[in-house]
Amino acid sequence: MAKDVSDPVKGVERPGPFTTVSGVPIERLYTPENIRDLDYERDLGDPAEPPYTRGIYLTMYRGKHWTTRQFSGFGTAADTNERFHYLLKHGQHGLSVAFHLPTLMGYDSDHPMSEGEVGRCGVAIDSLADMETLFKGLPLDKISTSMTTNAPAPILWSMYLVVAEKQGAGWKNLRGTIQNDILKEYIAQKTYIFPPRPSMKLIVDTLEFGSQHVPQWNTISISGYHIREAGSTALQELAFTLYDGIEYVEWARRAGLDVDDFAPRLSFFFNAHNDFFEEIAKYRAARKVWYKVMTERFQCKNERSAMLRFHTQTAGCSLTAQQPYNNIVRVAIQALAAVLGGTQSLHTNSLDETLALPTEHAARIALRTQQILAHESGVTNTADPLAGSYFLERLTLDMEKGCWEYFDRLDALGGMVAAIEQGFPQRDIQDASYEYQKAIERNDKIIVGVNAFVMEDEPPIDILLIDESVTKRQVEQLGKLRQSRDNGRVRATLEALSDAAAGNSVNMMPYILDCVRAYTTLGEICDALRSVYGVYEEPQF
Amino acid sequence: MDEKIRVLVAKPGLDGHDRGAKVIARAFRDAGFEVIYTGLRQTPEQVVNAALQEDVDVVGLSVLSGAHMTLCPRIMELMKKEGLDDVLVVIGGIIPDQDIPKLKALGVGEIFQPGASLEEIVTYVRKNVRKK
Repeated sequence: MAKDVSDPVKGVERPGPFTTVSGVPIERLYTPENIRDLDYERDLGDPAEPPYTRGIYLTMYRGKHWTTRQFSGFGTAADTNERFHYLLKHGQHGLSVAFHLPTLMGYDSDHPMSEGEVGRCGVAIDSLADMETLFKGLPLDKISTSMTTNAPAPILWSMYLVVAEKQGAGWKNLRGTIQNDILKEYIAQKTYIFPPRPSMKLIVDTLEFGSQHVPQWNTISISGYHIREAGSTALQELAFTLYDGIEYVEWARRAGLDVDDFAPRLSFFFNAHNDFFEEIAKYRAARKVWYKVMTERFQCKNERSAMLRFHTQTAGCSLTAQQPYNNIVRVAIQALAAVLGGTQSLHTNSLDETLALPTEHAARIALRTQQILAHESGVTNTADPLAGSYFLERLTLDMEKGCWEYFDRLDALGGMVAAIEQGFPQRDIQDASYEYQKAIERNDKIIVGVNAFVMEDEPPIDILLIDESVTKRQVEQLGKLRQSRDNGRVRATLEALSDAAAGNSVNMMPYILDCVRAYTTLGEICDALRSVYGVYEEPQF
Repeated sequence: MDEKIRVLVAKPGLDGHDRGAKVIARAFRDAGFEVIYTGLRQTPEQVVNAALQEDVDVVGLSVLSGAHMTLCPRIMELMKKEGLDDVLVVIGGIIPDQDIPKLKALGVGEIFQPGASLEEIVTYVRKNVRKK
């Protein structure tokens, strides 16, 4: 049926290539022919009906808008507490905490490895005392909080639980998410501490503890965001992320947990990159594939176990340092894709994030972008408005098919932990990221302001500078804490923790909670665990 | 030039974002350079030690965490101490404009901010390396 497009009267095409941002070839036109294999009931279903391609809720955004949840954190706990109050005052629904690198790597602020990093990429949290300051004036039974914490997730979650305890907020009423997804750290973001196997044990412990004591908490947010930021394609993001989900369910099942006890609390986190339709297809395919995984592979009984809920963040890696105000437009398009894909919550990046952490002004525009989509654009009036588009449905079916092909390869490698140990996802992503960069260099992909429409002598914009006194203030506070707390109790909790870790047969959460209550620091807890579990050194792939 | 340019690509600090480091390492290899990659989370001492051991002509540092004004000056100081003054140092990552003159004053050859092309970086290194 290919029509001749070389005739100038009928229309001449540009040289192309016509591909998605991930390099998938796109046809000139999509017609009913392209979706002859689509069956409405089997492949789409109404919203809230399996396989959930069209969304997991009956009313979607007519019932409730997505949660606006801006990731933020910098400086000391007091600095970030102030930003939290600011964001809530401006209409944000939930909190999302960014921790600085030393916390994420299990070091206290006074550790030599922390030098230069304190409060830079997020907020400095060393102990329960900092966590108390971070949530000062914020009733934890009323707001939901997401914490981007992976390797030390059980520790930071314990700190949050103890702050709630002190506020008198019952754990049963707490709502929020810990990212707690270590597999994508080995695959992409590389913020790991312990080797994969003990890390998986800690995650299974949090799944179990949450299902018993904090039933409304999302104990893991299985994340494709960082996989995409590391340079993957949309399909790689989807396939590796969902397979990470499979791996967590496998491990929990092997540890004796019932799938339906924890699977309803699993949530996902995807990227929203530039290619509008490809991204929407990704979210729709994600729900369908997960439904099939949970019902067919894991035979869940509870329908909620098979409903994929997800958070979205617009693609940091798509932003440009050149002509940074253009980023507002990129973010708006990406956020629209997330909304049309049926996201449950959304972070929109600030225009200045390729330069530094966002200023208050830039963070407000990012928040307003979501509010304009929610209240002005009209896209929230009906569920899954793009369903039935020949093009989008073809992309969605192809995305699903590609996903199953990756799953077969990962099954053959022996699962995700084994695949990571063999370097498979790492290498696959590196290849994609190099191809992407080369396509930009060839001008096959145009980045406005970078390889086209370039401006010389751009005026600089104001950026957020982290106050140089942060390290000094944080280290002083920590020094005082080490003197004023009951150090006998600290030592006792650490010994109990080490013994429990070495025994490898009990849930670690109660031991970590005891350490936290005694104001044992995050670095001390991680040191104790490092001495039992060891540390992970990445082989070179 | 009869001998290959030897480059150390290093990730100092706690930052694990290695997309840029891996891409530039591959581009250097494709350009015919000999590339040594340090892996993640190297202290300034480890970076300089690797530069010395591997007898490199170029050190490429990748920092995205905002810790560059702590890490890079220390690396430059240690390199001087070890007599590596003739080694070309380039930095890539999230480096705000206002830090660029300070880094250049310490002897850093060039700073490549987001959006820099691989070709631009490879060409700069070829032109400015002092082959031993």
